[in-house]
Amino acid sequence: MAIDAATVRKVAHLARIKTPEDRLEPLARELTGILSWIEQLDEVDIEGVEPMTSNVSQPLRLREDVVTDGNKVAEVLSNAPKAADGFFVVPKVVE
Amino acid sequence: MTDLTKLTLKAALDGLKARDFSSEEITRAFIANIDAANPKLNAFVVATPARALEMARASDDRLARGEGGALEGAPLGIKDLFCTNGVQTTAGSNMLRGFVPPYESTVTANLWADGAVMLGKLNMDEFAMGSSNETSAFGPVTNPWKSKHSNADLTPGGSSGGSASAVAGDLCLAATASDTGGSIRQPAAFTGTVGIKPTYGRASRFGMVAFASSLDQAGPITKTVEDAAILLRSMCSFDAKDSTSLDVETPDWTQSLGRGVKGLRIGVPREYVVDGMPAEIQALWDQGVQWLKDAGAAIVEISLPHTKYALPAYYIIAPAEASSNLARYDGMRYGHRADHFTSLNDLYEESRAEGFGKEVQRRLTIGAYVLSAGFYDAFYVKALKVRRRIAQDFDDVWDRVDAIVTPSTPSAAFALGDKQIDPVTMYLNDVFTVTANLAGLPGISVPTGLDSGGLPLGLQVIGKALDEATVFQVADALEQAAGFTARPDKWW
Repeated sequence: MAIDAATVRKVAHLARIKTPEDRLEPLARELTGILSWIEQLDEVDIEGVEPMTSNVSQPLRLREDVVTDGNKVAEVLSNAPKAADGFFVVPKVVE
Repeated sequence: MTDLTKLTLKAALDGLKARDFSSEEITRAFIANIDAANPKLNAFVVATPARALEMARASDDRLARGEGGALEGAPLGIKDLFCTNGVQTTAGSNMLRGFVPPYESTVTANLWADGAVMLGKLNMDEFAMGSSNETSAFGPVTNPWKSKHSNADLTPGGSSGGSASAVAGDLCLAATASDTGGSIRQPAAFTGTVGIKPTYGRASRFGMVAFASSLDQAGPITKTVEDAAILLRSMCSFDAKDSTSLDVETPDWTQSLGRGVKGLRIGVPREYVVDGMPAEIQALWDQGVQWLKDAGAAIVEISLPHTKYALPAYYIIAPAEASSNLARYDGMRYGHRADHFTSLNDLYEESRAEGFGKEVQRRLTIGAYVLSAGFYDAFYVKALKVRRRIAQDFDDVWDRVDAIVTPSTPSAAFALGDKQIDPVTMYLNDVFTVTANLAGLPGISVPTGLDSGGLPLGLQVIGKALDEATVFQVADALEQAAGFTARPDKWW
Protein backbone atom coordinates (compact mmCIF):
# COMPACT_ATOMS: atom_id res chain seq x y z
CA MET A 1 0.00 0.00 0.00
CA ALA A 2 1.47 3.31 -1.07
CA ILE A 3 0.85 6.42 1.01
CA ASP A 4 1.08 9.73 -0.82
CA ALA A 5 1.99 13.19 0.41
CA ALA A 6 -1.67 14.27 0.51
CA THR A 7 -2.50 11.39 2.89
CA VAL A 8 0.45 12.29 5.12
CA ARG A 9 -0.76 15.89 5.23
CA LYS A 10 -4.24 14.71 6.28
CA VAL A 11 -2.95 12.26 8.90
CA ALA A 12 -0.42 14.73 10.32
CA HIS A 13 -3.31 17.12 10.82
CA LEU A 14 -5.34 14.38 12.56
CA ALA A 15 -2.33 13.87 14.86
CA ARG A 16 -2.05 17.67 15.28
CA ILE A 17 1.61 17.73 14.28
CA LYS A 18 2.75 20.60 12.06
CA THR A 19 4.56 18.99 9.16
CA PRO A 20 6.43 21.22 6.70
CA GLU A 21 5.75 20.61 3.00
CA ASP A 22 9.27 19.33 2.35
CA ARG A 23 8.81 16.60 5.01
CA LEU A 24 5.65 15.15 3.42
CA GLU A 25 7.36 13.11 0.67
CA PRO A 26 10.06 11.57 2.93
CA LEU A 27 7.42 10.73 5.56
CA ALA A 28 5.20 9.22 2.86
CA ARG A 29 8.06 6.92 1.83
CA GLU A 30 8.79 5.91 5.46
CA LEU A 31 5.15 5.20 6.24
CA THR A 32 4.75 3.24 2.99
CA GLY A 33 7.73 1.11 4.00
CA ILE A 34 6.35 0.45 7.48
CA LEU A 35 2.80 -0.26 6.26
CA SER A 36 3.97 -2.64 3.52
CA TRP A 37 5.84 -4.58 6.19
CA ILE A 38 2.68 -4.60 8.32
CA GLU A 39 0.64 -5.92 5.39
CA GLN A 40 1.88 -9.46 6.07
CA LEU A 41 -0.92 -9.57 8.67
CA ASP A 42 -3.23 -10.29 5.72
CA GLU A 43 -1.87 -13.86 5.75
CA VAL A 44 -3.34 -14.61 9.19
CA ASP A 45 -6.66 -16.43 9.40
CA ILE A 46 -8.71 -14.24 11.75
CA GLU A 47 -12.11 -15.65 10.82
CA GLY A 48 -14.31 -15.63 13.92
CA VAL A 49 -11.56 -14.30 16.23
CA GLU A 50 -12.61 -11.72 18.81
CA PRO A 51 -10.41 -8.61 18.96
CA MET A 52 -8.16 -8.67 22.04
CA THR A 53 -8.14 -5.27 23.71
CA SER A 54 -6.74 -6.27 27.09
CA ASN A 55 -4.54 -8.82 28.81
CA VAL A 56 -6.55 -8.63 31.98
CA SER A 57 -9.42 -11.07 32.15
CA GLN A 58 -10.97 -9.61 35.28
CA PRO A 59 -13.79 -7.11 34.75
CA LEU A 60 -12.86 -3.46 35.30
CA ARG A 61 -13.47 -2.48 38.88
CA LEU A 62 -15.89 0.26 39.85
CA ARG A 63 -15.17 2.41 42.84
CA GLU A 64 -17.51 4.34 45.04
CA ASP A 65 -18.50 7.66 43.56
CA VAL A 66 -16.92 9.78 46.28
CA VAL A 67 -14.37 12.57 46.35
CA THR A 68 -10.94 11.15 47.26
CA ASP A 69 -8.69 14.09 46.50
CA GLY A 70 -8.84 17.79 45.82
CA ASN A 71 -8.10 21.36 46.91
CA LYS A 72 -4.78 21.28 45.08
CA VAL A 73 -5.03 24.28 42.81
CA ALA A 74 -1.38 25.22 43.23
CA GLU A 75 -0.19 21.69 42.42
CA VAL A 76 -2.51 21.38 39.44
CA LEU A 77 -1.24 24.67 38.01
CA SER A 78 2.39 24.15 38.94
CA ASN A 79 3.41 22.91 35.48
CA ALA A 80 1.15 25.15 33.41
CA PRO A 81 2.86 27.06 30.57
CA LYS A 82 0.87 30.06 31.81
CA ALA A 83 -1.41 30.53 34.84
CA ALA A 84 -2.96 33.42 36.74
CA ASP A 85 -5.32 33.83 39.69
CA GLY A 86 -5.87 30.09 40.04
CA PHE A 87 -6.66 29.57 36.35
CA PHE A 88 -4.89 28.17 33.31
CA VAL A 89 -4.21 30.97 30.87
CA VAL A 90 -4.75 29.93 27.26
CA PRO A 91 -4.81 31.96 24.04
CA LYS A 92 -8.07 33.51 22.96
CA VAL A 93 -10.03 30.81 21.11
CA VAL A 94 -13.16 32.67 20.04
CA GLU A 95 -12.35 34.17 16.68
CA MET B 1 38.37 -1.68 51.36
CA THR B 2 36.04 -3.32 48.86
CA ASP B 3 34.42 -1.17 46.20
CA LEU B 4 30.86 -0.91 47.48
CA THR B 5 29.51 -0.03 44.04
CA LYS B 6 30.44 -3.46 42.70
CA LEU B 7 28.19 -5.26 45.21
CA THR B 8 24.99 -6.96 44.18
CA LEU B 9 21.80 -5.54 45.64
CA LYS B 10 21.53 -8.62 47.87
CA ALA B 11 25.10 -8.29 49.17
CA ALA B 12 24.62 -4.56 49.77
CA LEU B 13 21.38 -5.13 51.70
CA ASP B 14 23.12 -7.76 53.85
CA GLY B 15 26.07 -5.42 54.48
CA LEU B 16 23.80 -2.52 55.37
CA LYS B 17 21.78 -4.66 57.75
CA ALA B 18 24.96 -5.99 59.41
CA ARG B 19 26.19 -2.37 59.63
CA ASP B 20 29.40 -3.31 57.77
CA PHE B 21 28.99 0.04 56.00
CA SER B 22 26.41 2.79 56.10
CA SER B 23 23.89 3.82 53.48
CA GLU B 24 25.60 7.20 53.40
CA GLU B 25 28.93 5.54 52.52
CA ILE B 26 27.56 3.46 49.67
CA THR B 27 25.43 6.36 48.45
CA ARG B 28 28.49 8.65 48.35
CA ALA B 29 30.38 5.97 46.40
CA PHE B 30 27.64 5.85 43.77
CA ILE B 31 27.42 9.66 43.59
CA ALA B 32 31.18 9.75 42.89
CA ASN B 33 30.77 7.10 40.16
CA ILE B 34 27.93 9.05 38.56
CA ASP B 35 29.96 12.29 38.59
CA ALA B 36 32.89 10.54 36.94
CA ALA B 37 31.00 8.41 34.42
CA ASN B 38 27.98 10.39 33.37
CA PRO B 39 29.78 12.76 30.96
CA LYS B 40 30.68 9.62 28.96
CA LEU B 41 27.76 7.26 29.54
CA ASN B 42 24.95 9.86 29.74
CA ALA B 43 22.87 7.38 31.76
CA PHE B 44 21.42 9.93 34.18
CA VAL B 45 19.27 12.83 32.98
CA VAL B 46 19.04 14.26 36.49
CA ALA B 47 21.17 13.24 39.47
CA THR B 48 19.73 13.97 42.89
CA PRO B 49 22.73 13.71 45.25
CA ALA B 50 21.29 15.98 47.97
CA ARG B 51 18.05 14.02 48.14
CA ALA B 52 19.99 10.75 48.00
CA LEU B 53 22.15 11.69 51.00
CA GLU B 54 19.12 12.84 52.96
CA MET B 55 17.34 9.55 52.26
CA ALA B 56 20.54 7.60 53.07
CA ARG B 57 20.92 9.28 56.47
CA ALA B 58 17.27 8.55 57.29
CA SER B 59 17.92 4.91 56.35
CA ASP B 60 21.02 4.81 58.54
CA ASP B 61 18.92 6.06 61.48
CA ARG B 62 16.38 3.30 60.91
CA LEU B 63 19.09 0.66 60.48
CA ALA B 64 20.76 1.84 63.70
CA ARG B 65 17.49 1.21 65.51
CA GLY B 66 17.31 -2.28 63.98
CA GLU B 67 14.43 -1.19 61.78
CA GLY B 68 14.11 -0.81 58.06
CA GLY B 69 12.33 -2.14 55.00
CA ALA B 70 13.24 -4.70 52.37
CA LEU B 71 15.41 -2.21 50.44
CA GLU B 72 16.61 -0.14 53.39
CA GLY B 73 19.50 2.11 52.41
CA ALA B 74 19.94 0.73 48.87
CA PRO B 75 20.77 3.43 46.26
CA LEU B 76 18.72 2.93 43.08
CA GLY B 77 18.28 4.66 39.73
CA ILE B 78 14.79 5.49 38.44
CA LYS B 79 13.83 5.47 34.77
CA ASP B 80 12.67 8.95 33.85
CA LEU B 81 9.10 7.91 33.12
CA PHE B 82 8.23 7.22 36.75
CA CYS B 83 6.81 10.43 38.21
CA THR B 84 8.84 11.49 41.23
CA ASN B 85 7.39 14.16 43.48
CA GLY B 86 9.45 17.35 43.18
CA VAL B 87 11.99 15.90 40.73
CA GLN B 88 11.84 16.57 36.99
CA THR B 89 10.24 13.76 34.99
CA THR B 90 10.45 14.01 31.21
CA ALA B 91 10.15 10.53 29.66
CA GLY B 92 13.13 11.62 27.56
CA SER B 93 11.08 14.28 25.74
CA ASN B 94 11.39 18.01 25.15
CA MET B 95 7.62 18.03 25.50
CA LEU B 96 8.09 17.47 29.25
CA ARG B 97 11.38 19.31 29.76
CA GLY B 98 11.06 21.06 33.12
CA PHE B 99 7.96 19.08 34.15
CA VAL B 100 8.07 18.53 37.92
CA PRO B 101 5.34 16.15 39.10
CA PRO B 102 3.55 17.13 42.31
CA TYR B 103 2.89 13.44 42.99
CA GLU B 104 4.70 10.09 43.13
CA SER B 105 4.22 6.99 40.96
CA THR B 106 3.00 3.95 42.87
CA VAL B 107 6.07 1.90 41.89
CA THR B 108 8.54 4.47 43.25
CA ALA B 109 6.37 5.15 46.31
CA ASN B 110 6.63 1.41 47.06
CA LEU B 111 10.43 1.58 46.80
CA TRP B 112 10.72 4.57 49.17
CA ALA B 113 8.33 2.87 51.61
CA ASP B 114 10.76 -0.08 51.60
CA GLY B 115 13.68 2.24 52.39
CA ALA B 116 15.36 2.64 48.98
CA VAL B 117 17.48 5.72 48.19
CA MET B 118 17.00 7.64 44.92
CA LEU B 119 20.19 8.56 43.06
CA GLY B 120 18.39 10.25 40.17
CA LYS B 121 16.45 9.83 36.95
CA LEU B 122 17.67 7.65 34.12
CA ASN B 123 17.82 8.46 30.43
CA MET B 124 15.53 6.63 28.00
CA ASP B 125 14.16 6.71 24.48
CA GLU B 126 11.58 9.47 24.10
CA PHE B 127 8.27 8.24 25.55
CA ALA B 128 9.91 4.77 25.56
CA MET B 129 9.72 4.65 21.75
CA GLY B 130 13.00 3.18 20.60
CA SER B 131 15.40 0.26 20.86
CA SER B 132 18.74 2.09 21.08
CA ASN B 133 18.16 5.08 23.38
CA GLU B 134 18.94 7.33 20.42
CA THR B 135 15.51 8.99 20.37
CA SER B 136 16.04 10.66 23.76
CA ALA B 137 15.87 14.46 23.79
CA PHE B 138 18.86 14.28 26.16
CA GLY B 139 21.09 12.42 23.70
CA PRO B 140 21.93 8.72 23.45
CA VAL B 141 23.20 6.62 26.35
CA THR B 142 26.47 4.77 25.80
CA ASN B 143 26.93 1.11 26.69
CA PRO B 144 29.76 0.47 29.20
CA TRP B 145 30.68 -2.56 27.06
CA LYS B 146 32.91 -2.25 24.00
CA SER B 147 33.67 -4.85 21.34
CA LYS B 148 37.18 -6.27 21.17
CA HIS B 149 37.07 -5.59 17.43
CA SER B 150 36.29 -1.87 17.55
CA ASN B 151 36.44 1.18 19.77
CA ALA B 152 33.02 2.39 18.57
CA ASP B 153 30.51 3.53 21.18
CA LEU B 154 27.74 0.94 21.42
CA THR B 155 24.08 1.33 22.27
CA PRO B 156 22.89 -0.08 25.61
CA GLY B 157 19.59 -0.84 23.86
CA GLY B 158 16.29 0.82 24.61
CA SER B 159 14.07 2.13 25.70
CA SER B 160 15.50 1.55 29.22
CA GLY B 161 19.04 2.30 28.02
CA GLY B 162 19.90 4.56 30.95
CA SER B 163 18.77 1.92 33.44
CA ALA B 164 20.83 -0.82 31.78
CA SER B 165 23.95 1.31 31.33
CA ALA B 166 23.80 2.60 34.91
CA VAL B 167 23.54 -0.91 36.37
CA ALA B 168 26.25 -2.36 34.11
CA GLY B 169 28.53 0.62 34.80
CA ASP B 170 28.11 0.47 38.62
CA LEU B 171 26.31 3.81 38.81
CA CYS B 172 23.53 2.32 40.95
CA LEU B 173 22.83 -1.00 42.70
CA ALA B 174 19.80 -1.64 40.51
CA ALA B 175 17.27 0.36 38.51
CA THR B 176 13.62 0.57 37.63
CA ALA B 177 12.70 0.20 33.98
CA SER B 178 9.62 -0.38 31.85
CA ASP B 179 8.81 -2.68 28.95
CA THR B 180 6.23 -2.17 26.20
CA GLY B 181 7.77 -4.35 23.46
CA GLY B 182 11.07 -5.41 25.01
CA SER B 183 12.38 -2.24 26.64
CA ILE B 184 13.59 -4.01 29.80
CA ARG B 185 14.81 -7.31 28.32
CA GLN B 186 16.65 -6.03 25.23
CA PRO B 187 18.77 -3.46 27.14
CA ALA B 188 19.47 -6.08 29.83
CA ALA B 189 20.69 -8.49 27.15
CA PHE B 190 22.90 -5.77 25.57
CA THR B 191 24.59 -4.91 28.88
CA GLY B 192 25.09 -8.27 30.62
CA THR B 193 22.41 -7.49 33.20
CA VAL B 194 19.17 -9.18 34.27
CA GLY B 195 15.80 -7.64 33.39
CA ILE B 196 12.30 -8.94 34.04
CA LYS B 197 8.94 -7.74 32.76
CA PRO B 198 6.34 -9.24 35.08
CA THR B 199 2.80 -10.32 34.17
CA TYR B 200 0.75 -7.38 32.91
CA GLY B 201 -1.06 -5.92 35.92
CA ARG B 202 1.50 -6.95 38.59
CA ALA B 203 3.05 -3.49 38.83
CA SER B 204 0.89 -0.40 38.95
CA ARG B 205 1.00 1.97 35.98
CA PHE B 206 -0.15 4.90 38.14
CA GLY B 207 2.32 7.74 37.72
CA MET B 208 4.17 6.11 34.81
CA VAL B 209 4.20 8.32 31.72
CA ALA B 210 2.00 6.32 29.34
CA PHE B 211 3.10 4.96 25.95
CA ALA B 212 0.79 2.03 25.08
CA SER B 213 -1.36 1.29 28.10
CA SER B 214 -2.38 -2.29 27.27
CA LEU B 215 1.31 -3.25 26.92
CA ASP B 216 3.29 -1.01 29.32
CA GLN B 217 4.63 -2.79 32.39
CA ALA B 218 7.28 -1.84 34.95
CA GLY B 219 10.11 -4.10 36.08
CA PRO B 220 13.70 -4.00 37.37
CA ILE B 221 17.13 -4.17 35.72
CA THR B 222 19.67 -5.70 38.10
CA LYS B 223 23.03 -7.47 38.30
CA THR B 224 21.65 -10.91 39.24
CA VAL B 225 18.48 -12.98 39.10
CA GLU B 226 18.27 -12.85 42.91
CA ASP B 227 18.46 -9.03 42.82
CA ALA B 228 15.64 -9.00 40.25
CA ALA B 229 13.51 -11.18 42.54
CA ILE B 230 14.12 -8.80 45.45
CA LEU B 231 13.48 -5.55 43.58
CA LEU B 232 10.48 -6.79 41.59
CA ARG B 233 8.75 -7.77 44.81
CA SER B 234 9.05 -4.25 46.16
CA MET B 235 7.84 -2.70 42.88
CA CYS B 236 4.66 -4.79 42.59
CA SER B 237 1.43 -4.15 44.46
CA PHE B 238 -2.30 -4.03 43.96
CA ASP B 239 -3.27 -0.42 43.31
CA ALA B 240 -6.80 0.92 43.13
CA LYS B 241 -5.41 3.88 41.15
CA ASP B 242 -4.68 1.62 38.14
CA SER B 243 -7.82 0.01 36.71
CA THR B 244 -5.81 -2.88 35.22
CA SER B 245 -3.88 -3.61 38.43
CA LEU B 246 -4.31 -7.23 39.52
CA ASP B 247 -5.60 -7.84 43.03
CA VAL B 248 -3.20 -10.70 43.78
CA GLU B 249 -0.54 -11.56 46.36
CA THR B 250 3.03 -10.57 45.54
CA PRO B 251 5.08 -13.67 46.42
CA ASP B 252 8.63 -13.78 47.76
CA TRP B 253 10.32 -14.86 44.55
CA THR B 254 13.67 -15.49 46.22
CA GLN B 255 12.02 -18.72 47.40
CA SER B 256 12.12 -19.92 43.78
CA LEU B 257 15.91 -19.73 43.62
CA GLY B 258 18.27 -22.67 44.09
CA ARG B 259 15.57 -25.23 43.42
CA GLY B 260 16.95 -26.47 40.10
CA VAL B 261 14.83 -27.43 37.12
CA LYS B 262 14.60 -31.19 37.59
CA GLY B 263 11.25 -32.37 36.25
CA LEU B 264 10.33 -29.01 34.69
CA ARG B 265 9.19 -29.05 31.07
CA ILE B 266 10.94 -26.42 28.98
CA GLY B 267 9.48 -25.39 25.63
CA VAL B 268 11.70 -24.48 22.69
CA PRO B 269 9.62 -22.73 20.01
CA ARG B 270 10.78 -23.53 16.49
CA GLU B 271 9.41 -20.22 15.11
CA TYR B 272 12.01 -18.26 17.08
CA VAL B 273 14.65 -19.37 14.59
CA VAL B 274 14.52 -16.25 12.43
CA ASP B 275 16.07 -15.45 9.05
CA GLY B 276 19.55 -14.06 9.27
CA MET B 277 19.97 -14.90 12.96
CA PRO B 278 23.71 -15.03 13.75
CA ALA B 279 25.14 -18.51 14.40
CA GLU B 280 26.35 -17.23 17.78
CA ILE B 281 22.77 -16.61 18.90
CA GLN B 282 21.71 -20.09 17.82
CA ALA B 283 24.72 -21.57 19.64
CA LEU B 284 23.88 -19.59 22.81
CA TRP B 285 20.32 -20.87 22.68
CA ASP B 286 21.40 -24.49 22.07
CA GLN B 287 23.83 -24.21 24.99
CA GLY B 288 21.11 -22.87 27.30
CA VAL B 289 18.76 -25.69 26.36
CA GLN B 290 21.55 -28.22 26.93
CA TRP B 291 22.27 -26.79 30.42
CA LEU B 292 18.63 -27.14 31.38
CA LYS B 293 18.53 -30.69 29.99
CA ASP B 294 21.69 -31.58 31.95
CA ALA B 295 20.01 -30.20 35.07
CA GLY B 296 17.12 -32.61 34.62
CA ALA B 297 14.55 -30.58 32.69
CA ALA B 298 12.53 -32.18 29.92
CA ILE B 299 12.98 -30.30 26.65
CA VAL B 300 9.86 -30.05 24.51
CA GLU B 301 9.86 -28.71 20.99
CA ILE B 302 6.81 -26.48 20.59
CA SER B 303 5.18 -24.38 17.91
CA LEU B 304 3.97 -20.81 18.38
CA PRO B 305 2.74 -20.41 14.80
CA HIS B 306 1.81 -16.73 14.83
CA THR B 307 5.16 -15.48 16.18
CA LYS B 308 6.20 -13.73 12.95
CA TYR B 309 3.06 -11.60 13.04
CA ALA B 310 3.70 -10.24 16.53
CA LEU B 311 5.90 -7.31 15.51
CA PRO B 312 3.67 -6.07 12.67
CA ALA B 313 0.63 -6.32 14.98
CA TYR B 314 2.57 -4.46 17.68
CA TYR B 315 3.41 -1.66 15.23
CA ILE B 316 -0.30 -1.05 14.77
CA ILE B 317 -1.46 -1.50 18.37
CA ALA B 318 1.31 0.44 20.14
CA PRO B 319 1.20 3.51 17.84
CA ALA B 320 -2.61 3.49 17.99
CA GLU B 321 -2.58 3.54 21.79
CA ALA B 322 0.22 6.12 21.79
CA SER B 323 -1.74 8.35 19.44
CA SER B 324 -4.61 8.29 21.93
CA ASN B 325 -2.43 8.61 25.07
CA LEU B 326 -0.25 11.41 23.76
CA ALA B 327 -3.24 13.47 22.66
CA ARG B 328 -3.02 14.93 26.19
CA TYR B 329 0.02 16.98 25.17
CA ASP B 330 -1.84 19.99 23.84
CA GLY B 331 0.34 22.73 25.32
CA MET B 332 -2.42 23.98 27.61
CA ARG B 333 -2.13 22.54 31.12
CA TYR B 334 1.43 21.24 31.15
CA GLY B 335 4.14 20.40 28.67
CA HIS B 336 5.62 22.52 25.92
CA ARG B 337 3.64 25.41 24.41
CA ALA B 338 4.86 27.07 21.19
CA ASP B 339 5.52 30.82 21.31
CA HIS B 340 4.34 31.59 17.80
CA PHE B 341 1.01 30.51 16.33
CA THR B 342 -1.82 31.83 14.19
CA SER B 343 -4.85 29.97 15.59
CA LEU B 344 -5.82 27.50 18.27
CA ASN B 345 -5.28 24.58 15.92
CA ASP B 346 -1.96 26.02 14.85
CA LEU B 347 -0.94 26.25 18.50
CA TYR B 348 -1.61 22.53 19.01
CA GLU B 349 0.26 21.61 15.84
CA GLU B 350 3.25 23.88 16.50
CA SER B 351 3.56 22.83 20.15
CA ARG B 352 3.53 19.14 19.24
CA ALA B 353 5.90 19.58 16.29
CA GLU B 354 8.37 21.41 18.56
CA GLY B 355 7.92 19.17 21.61
CA PHE B 356 7.99 15.70 20.02
CA GLY B 357 11.06 14.19 18.35
CA LYS B 358 11.13 12.47 14.99
CA GLU B 359 10.39 8.87 16.07
CA VAL B 360 7.50 9.93 18.31
CA GLN B 361 6.04 12.00 15.46
CA ARG B 362 6.42 9.02 13.14
CA ARG B 363 4.57 6.69 15.51
CA LEU B 364 1.83 9.19 16.29
CA THR B 365 1.30 9.61 12.55
CA ILE B 366 1.05 5.83 12.07
CA GLY B 367 -1.33 5.66 15.03
CA ALA B 368 -3.58 8.38 13.64
CA TYR B 369 -3.55 6.62 10.26
CA VAL B 370 -4.52 3.14 11.50
CA LEU B 371 -7.29 4.61 13.64
CA SER B 372 -8.65 6.90 10.93
CA ALA B 373 -12.01 6.41 9.24
CA GLY B 374 -11.80 3.74 6.56
CA PHE B 375 -8.66 2.09 8.00
CA TYR B 376 -9.75 1.29 11.55
CA ASP B 377 -11.07 -2.20 10.74
CA ALA B 378 -8.43 -3.00 8.13
CA PHE B 379 -5.55 -2.18 10.46
CA TYR B 380 -6.45 -1.69 14.11
CA VAL B 381 -9.18 -4.30 14.57
CA LYS B 382 -7.25 -6.81 12.47
CA ALA B 383 -4.17 -6.30 14.66
CA LEU B 384 -6.27 -6.92 17.79
CA LYS B 385 -7.49 -10.21 16.28
CA VAL B 386 -3.93 -11.25 15.42
CA ARG B 387 -3.00 -10.34 19.00
CA ARG B 388 -5.52 -12.90 20.25
CA ARG B 389 -4.03 -15.51 17.90
CA ILE B 390 -0.62 -14.82 19.45
CA ALA B 391 -1.98 -15.10 22.99
CA GLN B 392 -3.77 -18.34 22.03
CA ASP B 393 -0.50 -19.78 20.71
CA PHE B 394 0.82 -19.59 24.28
CA ASP B 395 -2.40 -20.88 25.84
CA ASP B 396 -2.18 -23.90 23.56
CA VAL B 397 1.24 -24.99 24.88
CA TRP B 398 0.93 -24.41 28.64
CA ASP B 399 -0.49 -27.92 29.20
CA ARG B 400 2.77 -29.33 27.80
CA VAL B 401 5.43 -26.94 29.09
CA ASP B 402 6.11 -24.98 32.30
CA ALA B 403 8.28 -22.28 30.71
CA ILE B 404 9.71 -21.32 27.33
CA VAL B 405 13.35 -20.49 26.56
CA THR B 406 14.39 -18.30 23.62
CA PRO B 407 17.18 -15.86 22.79
CA SER B 408 16.50 -12.34 24.16
CA THR B 409 17.69 -10.47 21.08
CA PRO B 410 18.67 -11.34 17.50
CA SER B 411 22.14 -9.79 17.97
CA ALA B 412 24.57 -8.29 20.49
CA ALA B 413 24.70 -4.53 21.09
CA PHE B 414 25.29 -2.56 17.89
CA ALA B 415 27.11 0.72 17.35
CA LEU B 416 25.27 3.98 17.96
CA GLY B 417 24.03 5.29 14.61
CA ASP B 418 24.13 1.86 12.97
CA LYS B 419 20.42 1.14 12.55
CA GLN B 420 19.04 4.58 11.90
CA ILE B 421 18.72 4.14 8.14
CA ASP B 422 15.44 2.28 8.25
CA PRO B 423 12.80 2.22 11.03
CA VAL B 424 11.79 -1.41 10.35
CA THR B 425 15.40 -2.62 10.86
CA MET B 426 15.34 -0.98 14.29
CA TYR B 427 11.91 -2.45 15.10
CA LEU B 428 13.22 -6.01 14.46
CA ASN B 429 15.27 -5.78 17.69
CA ASP B 430 12.14 -6.70 19.61
CA VAL B 431 11.30 -9.81 17.55
CA PHE B 432 11.76 -12.22 20.50
CA THR B 433 10.41 -10.02 23.29
CA VAL B 434 7.25 -8.44 21.90
CA THR B 435 5.13 -11.61 22.05
CA ALA B 436 5.19 -11.57 25.86
CA ASN B 437 3.87 -7.99 25.87
CA LEU B 438 1.03 -8.80 23.48
CA ALA B 439 0.06 -11.86 25.55
CA GLY B 440 0.70 -10.15 28.94
CA LEU B 441 3.16 -12.85 30.07
CA PRO B 442 6.22 -12.55 32.35
CA GLY B 443 9.59 -12.63 30.59
CA ILE B 444 13.14 -12.33 31.91
CA SER B 445 16.49 -11.85 30.17
CA VAL B 446 19.57 -13.47 31.75
CA PRO B 447 23.15 -12.98 30.51
CA THR B 448 24.55 -16.41 29.59
CA GLY B 449 27.42 -15.79 27.19
CA LEU B 450 29.64 -13.51 25.14
CA ASP B 451 29.87 -13.13 21.38
CA SER B 452 33.16 -13.27 19.46
CA GLY B 453 33.69 -9.57 20.20
CA GLY B 454 33.33 -10.18 23.93
CA LEU B 455 29.86 -8.57 24.10
CA PRO B 456 27.16 -10.03 26.36
CA LEU B 457 24.26 -12.08 25.00
CA GLY B 458 21.11 -13.04 26.87
CA LEU B 459 18.52 -15.79 26.97
CA GLN B 460 14.87 -15.12 27.66
CA VAL B 461 12.55 -17.22 29.82
CA ILE B 462 8.81 -16.71 29.28
CA GLY B 463 6.28 -18.10 31.75
CA LYS B 464 2.56 -18.43 32.31
CA ALA B 465 0.61 -15.41 33.52
CA LEU B 466 1.35 -14.81 37.23
CA ASP B 467 3.92 -17.62 37.26
CA GLU B 468 7.03 -15.48 37.76
CA ALA B 469 8.06 -18.15 40.29
CA THR B 470 8.86 -20.66 37.53
CA VAL B 471 10.44 -17.92 35.39
CA PHE B 472 12.82 -17.08 38.26
CA GLN B 473 13.47 -20.78 38.91
CA VAL B 474 14.56 -21.39 35.29
CA ALA B 475 16.46 -18.08 35.06
CA ASP B 476 18.36 -18.98 38.23
CA ALA B 477 19.32 -22.37 36.75
CA LEU B 478 20.58 -20.68 33.57
CA GLU B 479 22.54 -18.13 35.61
CA GLN B 480 24.14 -20.87 37.71
CA ALA B 481 25.06 -22.97 34.68
CA ALA B 482 26.41 -20.03 32.70
CA GLY B 483 28.49 -18.68 35.58
CA PHE B 484 28.47 -15.34 33.79
CA THR B 485 31.04 -13.15 35.56
CA ALA B 486 32.31 -10.96 32.70
CA ARG B 487 32.28 -7.22 33.36
CA PRO B 488 32.98 -4.32 31.00
CA ASP B 489 36.50 -2.86 31.15
CA LYS B 490 36.34 0.60 32.62
CA TRP B 491 37.15 3.12 29.84
CA TRP B 492 35.00 6.02 31.00
